[in-house]
Amino acid sequence: MAHFEKATSVKDWLNQRLAIEKVEKVMASEYWIPKNINFLWAMGMVLMITFILLLVSGIFLLMYYQPNVATAFDSVNYTIMREVGFGWLWRHIHGVAASVVFLIIYIHMFTGIYYGSYKKGREMIWISGMLLFITFSAEAFSGYMLPWGQMSYWAGMVITNIFSLGGLHLDGLVEWLRGDYVPAQAFLNRFFMLHVLLLPLAILGLIGLHFAALRIPHVNNQDGEEIDFDAEAQKYLAGDKKGSKVMRFANDFMSKDMMVVGIYLIFFFYLVFYHYNFAMDPVNFDPADGLKTPAHIYPEWYFLWSYEILRPFSVNIGLIAFGFAQVIFVLLPFLDRSPNAVPANRRGAFGIWFWLLLIDMIVLTAMGKLPPEGAFSTIGLVAALAFIALWIALPFITAKEKKL
Amino acid sequence: MKNKEPIILAVVVFFTLVTYYLVEPYAHSVMHKHVESENYAYADLPAINKTGDATRGKDLVLGAGACTGCHSIEVAGMPAPMDPVTAASSYGVNPPDLSNAGVIYDGKFLANLIKNPAHALMVEHKFDASKGQMHPMTQFYGAGGDLDQEVADMVAYLQSIAVEQESVTPAMAYENACGRCHALKYEKWTQIGTKPSFKYKKDELAFDIKVLEYEDSITKYMGKLPPDLSMYIRSRGEHYIKTFVENPQNYLHGTAMPRVGINAESMDKVIEHLEDAGDTKREERASVGANVMMYIIIFAIFALLWKKQVWRDLH
Repeated sequence: MAHFEKATSVKDWLNQRLAIEKVEKVMASEYWIPKNINFLWAMGMVLMITFILLLVSGIFLLMYYQPNVATAFDSVNYTIMREVGFGWLWRHIHGVAASVVFLIIYIHMFTGIYYGSYKKGREMIWISGMLLFITFSAEAFSGYMLPWGQMSYWAGMVITNIFSLGGLHLDGLVEWLRGDYVPAQAFLNRFFMLHVLLLPLAILGLIGLHFAALRIPHVNNQDGEEIDFDAEAQKYLAGDKKGSKVMRFANDFMSKDMMVVGIYLIFFFYLVFYHYNFAMDPVNFDPADGLKTPAHIYPEWYFLWSYEILRPFSVNIGLIAFGFAQVIFVLLPFLDRSPNAVPANRRGAFGIWFWLLLIDMIVLTAMGKLPPEGAFSTIGLVAALAFIALWIALPFITAKEKKL
Repeated sequence: MKNKEPIILAVVVFFTLVTYYLVEPYAHSVMHKHVESENYAYADLPAINKTGDATRGKDLVLGAGACTGCHSIEVAGMPAPMDPVTAASSYGVNPPDLSNAGVIYDGKFLANLIKNPAHALMVEHKFDASKGQMHPMTQFYGAGGDLDQEVADMVAYLQSIAVEQESVTPAMAYENACGRCHALKYEKWTQIGTKPSFKYKKDELAFDIKVLEYEDSITKYMGKLPPDLSMYIRSRGEHYIKTFVENPQNYLHGTAMPRVGINAESMDKVIEHLEDAGDTKREERASVGANVMMYIIIFAIFALLWKKQVWRDLH
């Protein structure tokens, strides 16, 4: 057994048992961050803050929400929105944060792609991040079922139908997932469980993995520079704060994180109080009605690009394309064959590839919402084919890249 | 090294706004038909150029016009001939009390309604007299004098007994113009009136049965049960509701919903009532919003100053 001495202070008492000083160094003051990074590197903290907003507002909503097909809609729109003090505020924070979190995730992802932050030892950061993206998607979808409005019901119908896998006609699987022939009580209950328990647990675990994956390779920087973190840390600790290429996470980088968070929260709360409709679809304020299909069924904006990859093709090909789109981002570190971990603007063809992918995904997003008619379905088809072509081309164009 | 952050921020904001524009304002403009307000002018209906006389109008409304055979006029001491459930089983829908019709509805519309209900209500596709499909409200053929003068007199009478426009409350506007077809359960409104609180379950069930019976009649009359409007201010929004009520045929050609002929001021009251039902906390949202924005701006300023202080030593 370890040897313990009479503590001289509360801190010392804790230190003997929990090594809090060591933990503080490892996690904050001697967690070294390169100096040559920009505000895009604060998106992790912005995501963390948004996740906390979702968690806290979700806990309050959970106290009044009723997962029952007869009362779910009213428990949200009457009880929470009218009866509960500040229930409307928690709901609007939750709804807006659920949408904005995806905007930040996409910015975070494209930052990673642009600066090559998935290469040279950082593969696990990327993979754990993509697993987080997938669990966040499942979390968003399951949460969208809960108000039991028209869009909840019909989106639930459409998305669970995907699991019949087209020509394979796995209708039994769809029934098993729903617990019924159509979305009903069993369906609502299990999506409620997923939303408030299983998926948040998975997210918390994956956030831990995502952070852990960052420890050994360290944070990337905006110049693709390889930094000797040990040597630069020594320099910093010796007093040459200006000359060192690294800084402490806390308070050095955290002060910048907080500055970005401050500006972000101005934007976020503006949306919460003055511009929330984009995150709360009007159609979902009609109670679920299995006998009345809405004129337009579309997912929330952050799923539109993958929805549009599914939609322009015949059922089976669409499903294959959809499956391709779901997994292909995870494989990015292995599809990019270039030895260079530098920003895309210095990587020639890859730079063009990056901007084409971004624009293509915005086009897909727009076409995913618009009704699939006339020019829109043609543009959607071309954009979906372009998406697939871009990813097939990636290993070839990156293999040709010269080492810088 | 030059600071690239402004250009990076510009790129992020640009792509965010483009995406937002495409999936929100643009996509919705493609998916939903835009209908401009007709300013409650009811321009398709001919104007009534006669000046009405309320005294003569009273005789017509209570006498030769035979309005009170179906309609109550409570301010004039005329009770409803039937309770709402029986009335709905006879006519399809409970005929409205006329006490405040003169202030809720447009005068020209009322005159045209009296002369030809199916035409003014825009339900001629459903009630075609030539095919024997009679509108439950009988048209007024005149009491022997000049028809337009008589109609103008009747409208003048209805306007004379109604409250002032300023005294029309949101609930009054809703209950008159919408409430006989559309329940509003978040305001405890049923098509046969506000649901009281009952001491005994038996009494409550008896009331609920009456509502169900009424709803059965109206379902038969309209083809489907008109929806509860509790969340319509969020699901449809103010513009849609206003332009829809002005002329339902603009959005849903062939719909059984009549044009109700409401005037602009009363329509604003209806909207206010729908906001009370479905966006109850809008004032609290505005005041909390202003405080939160102020707080968060101050937070951001302090965060900025802290960053500047910490980074002074870093380069």
